[in-house]
Amino acid sequence: MGAQVEVAGLCIAARRASGAEADIVHDVSFSAAAGEVVALIGESGSGKTTTALALLGYARPGCRIRAGRIHVGGTDVRALRPADMPGFRGRRVSYIAQSAAAAFNPAHTLMQQVTEGAIIRGLSPRAAHIKAVGLFHSLALPDPDRIGRRYPHQVSGGQLQRVMAAMALMTDPELVVLDEPTTALDVTTQVEVLRAFRAAVRERGATAVYVSHDLAVVAQMADQIVVLRGGRVQEIGATARILSAPENPYTQSLLDAAPSIHTPPTAAKPPKPAPPVLEADALAASYGGPVGVPVLREIGLRLLPGAVLGVIGESGSGKSTLARVLTGLLPAHGGTVRLSGTVLPPAAADRTADQLRQMQIVFQMADTALNPAHSVGRLLARPLTFYHRMGGAARERRVAELLDMVRLPANLATRRPAELSGGQKQRVNLARALAADPALLICDEVTSALDTVVAAAVLDLLAELRRELGLAMVFISHDLATVRSIADDVMIMYAGRAVQYGSRAALARGPIHPYADLLAASVPELRTGWLDGLPPATEGTSPGAARVVANESCAFFDRCPVRLPGLCDTTPTPTQTLSTGATIRCTQPEAELLRLGSAITSAKATSAQPVT
Amino acid sequence: MLQLIARRLGHTALTLLAMSLAVFIGTNLLPGDVADALLGQAATPEATAALRTALHLNESAPLRYLHWLAGLMTGDFGQSLASHISVAQLIGSRLGNSLLLAGLTAALSIPVSLALGITAAVWRGTLFDRITAIGTIAAVSVPDFLVATVAVILFAVELQWFPALSTPRIASIPELFSSFTLPVLTLSLAVVAQMSRMTRAALVGILDSSYVEMARLKGLRPGRIVLRHALPNAAGPIANAAALSLSSLLGGVIIVEVVFNYPGLAKLMVDAVSTRDMPLIQACAMLFCLGYMVLVLLADICSIATNPRLRPA
Repeated sequence: MGAQVEVAGLCIAARRASGAEADIVHDVSFSAAAGEVVALIGESGSGKTTTALALLGYARPGCRIRAGRIHVGGTDVRALRPADMPGFRGRRVSYIAQSAAAAFNPAHTLMQQVTEGAIIRGLSPRAAHIKAVGLFHSLALPDPDRIGRRYPHQVSGGQLQRVMAAMALMTDPELVVLDEPTTALDVTTQVEVLRAFRAAVRERGATAVYVSHDLAVVAQMADQIVVLRGGRVQEIGATARILSAPENPYTQSLLDAAPSIHTPPTAAKPPKPAPPVLEADALAASYGGPVGVPVLREIGLRLLPGAVLGVIGESGSGKSTLARVLTGLLPAHGGTVRLSGTVLPPAAADRTADQLRQMQIVFQMADTALNPAHSVGRLLARPLTFYHRMGGAARERRVAELLDMVRLPANLATRRPAELSGGQKQRVNLARALAADPALLICDEVTSALDTVVAAAVLDLLAELRRELGLAMVFISHDLATVRSIADDVMIMYAGRAVQYGSRAALARGPIHPYADLLAASVPELRTGWLDGLPPATEGTSPGAARVVANESCAFFDRCPVRLPGLCDTTPTPTQTLSTGATIRCTQPEAELLRLGSAITSAKATSAQPVT
Repeated sequence: MLQLIARRLGHTALTLLAMSLAVFIGTNLLPGDVADALLGQAATPEATAALRTALHLNESAPLRYLHWLAGLMTGDFGQSLASHISVAQLIGSRLGNSLLLAGLTAALSIPVSLALGITAAVWRGTLFDRITAIGTIAAVSVPDFLVATVAVILFAVELQWFPALSTPRIASIPELFSSFTLPVLTLSLAVVAQMSRMTRAALVGILDSSYVEMARLKGLRPGRIVLRHALPNAAGPIANAAALSLSSLLGGVIIVEVVFNYPGLAKLMVDAVSTRDMPLIQACAMLFCLGYMVLVLLADICSIATNPRLRPA
């Protein structure tokens, strides 16, 4: 049975480097009835995780629960002595962490870790084992009887996240705290995990506190939403009410910034017909030399000046490898890359300075891409000296111009990256690429690490830069909505191949590749009940990793709802050009694919009409 | 995993080969001629020449190296030039003594430094941690020979608790204590200081990890968190730290054996240098190399064995 949760006037203080204490959670109050799911939503630094951990009576090192009441199922959490903790934390309240990969101990098997909490509380190892296998079954883990023998590094991220849910449910807790449990997962995996979590929590009637930055995910899980910002509660209300009639302007801005596959794309004037700035043909790459593991096969693309090509796929699909191959960081072992008509040497080391200058890459993590010891001014001056031999006043002027271009104040030039916010760092990262004066930007997941509102602003900036500077871009992302909002053409990658390549309009109209359909259907929508309305996974298909194919057959076969056994899995998959101009790699004829109630096409007719 | 260990063994063999070359070249760079040194000033040129031929000193250096290497492989270390006893026999009489000293030191210092390192890491930032930090830095900073000399002056000469000279007598417990307390404590001081610091560093990183936080949130008791969740992941780094500290013992042994006049391998080597007894020096040097390589190899095998990622699935 679930516990009633009551938090009142919670203040959590953190010790700063100077030694002074300052509150990072201010006077937070909320409550949850037994069996209710409450979501804590906010951006990074909003205090949502800190607040959630306080429910377990835990404060991270350097933090201290300073004031307030925390009652869980009649227990005053703050009054618990260390000796009482094992009977409470991990027993009556359990925690599911954001990154299962980091939260599992690499030295022990999954079964050892899942059963540990129950065994130290007196359950026999045998009974604990049986219970764990039962939980693996109910969480739809593959091979539930034996998966416990594996080590954390031997299972995929989505599976690990579900194993962690099993670990949390082993002691039949009254309250489960879920801390961004699906943030690190691909959308298609996220759907499976969300389903499994919700069923498991509902079945047991446990109360749940769900921490997330993603309103669309929260809309599927929560009865009640608490919006946090800067450690303060902005708004509390029932999920449907918050989504439809937010009272707080901050909540409104969160809703506005949430990307959606339904938002009409920003109108950009179509690029003028001109010789393409970037062309790639039959690109192939592998890790460990030409005989190593192939990670990219037969990739071709064409990019006009000022156009944006969106590349989308889940982790391991080869999209970041494509960026590395185009820029020459990982030399291709087959195929050609042409920049403005000239064939480029495969390795960056063999390219001329001017060729390098014209193609610039912007990495996902500004934190690791920017040297923390250098000031912003120095970071931007370096490419100016390297590519343009600029110095003195001219260089200083240009640094100021670049900062202005990315909408940052010029006085930021004296700061170091550590003094900037995540969004500011990504803008500096972008300015560093622009300093080279490139014809082409390769953006690798540049908004993935940013909060929703900040990411939306960076996307706007990219659209502006494209308009003002006529920059062409390869925009790589795992997020279909983001790609659709910015790209003219879209390439969808799966297992190192392009399964669909065509205009954005072709993708929106359909027919589309079954994988593109699955991707589109998996993007959570900002309305309650979306997850319930999803059709169950097709009989016989299994979510998970791509199939390893020796011949040229389909790697998506195991997950495909419209597969043709005996054909798709044995014969080479053909590439066909559709009437929309898009090319897709699929055996099914166009008419058949069109019949597939495509999520994109059906959703276009708004959610008011029932999906047939 | 076996493949990894096999490859690691191969590396060890190659390194030893390279070391043998370095030892050979190094000892041949020593000034002076063995034949001259052996026969003294009264030697006739004929006698010197005859001795040179007998000792293969006229052969070219590469040829002498190959001879020596072939001898090493078959366990023939040659004959001591100074005492005319086989090197193997000389070393055999001392090796046990040295291993005894090193073993006693390891047996004392490993548990002590693990305990110090672990407690300092767990109680990070407390007074205990700071006192340990200051103490270990001080211990690392003081050279072995000073510690040994001061120990002799204080405990042997002034207080007369222990003898100034150490002999390998282990017939009874009091005898063991009286002969080994001073040298073992001197050697342990530096080893404990170094190893406890490295243990602490290895453990501190792991205690900050997400999976240790997860263990706390599962409501596990602190002892279980450290012993079951943190330590297994620190085993590799700690084993490497131990190997490095214990190998520094090889250097420390030389000073300590000389100061306490302990009949060990290092003392033998120092004596061999003063008599310019090449085969003995070379064999001792190779033995020290081998000891070092074995320690590092054991540490690597320990890291491989405790890391499930390196085990076959």
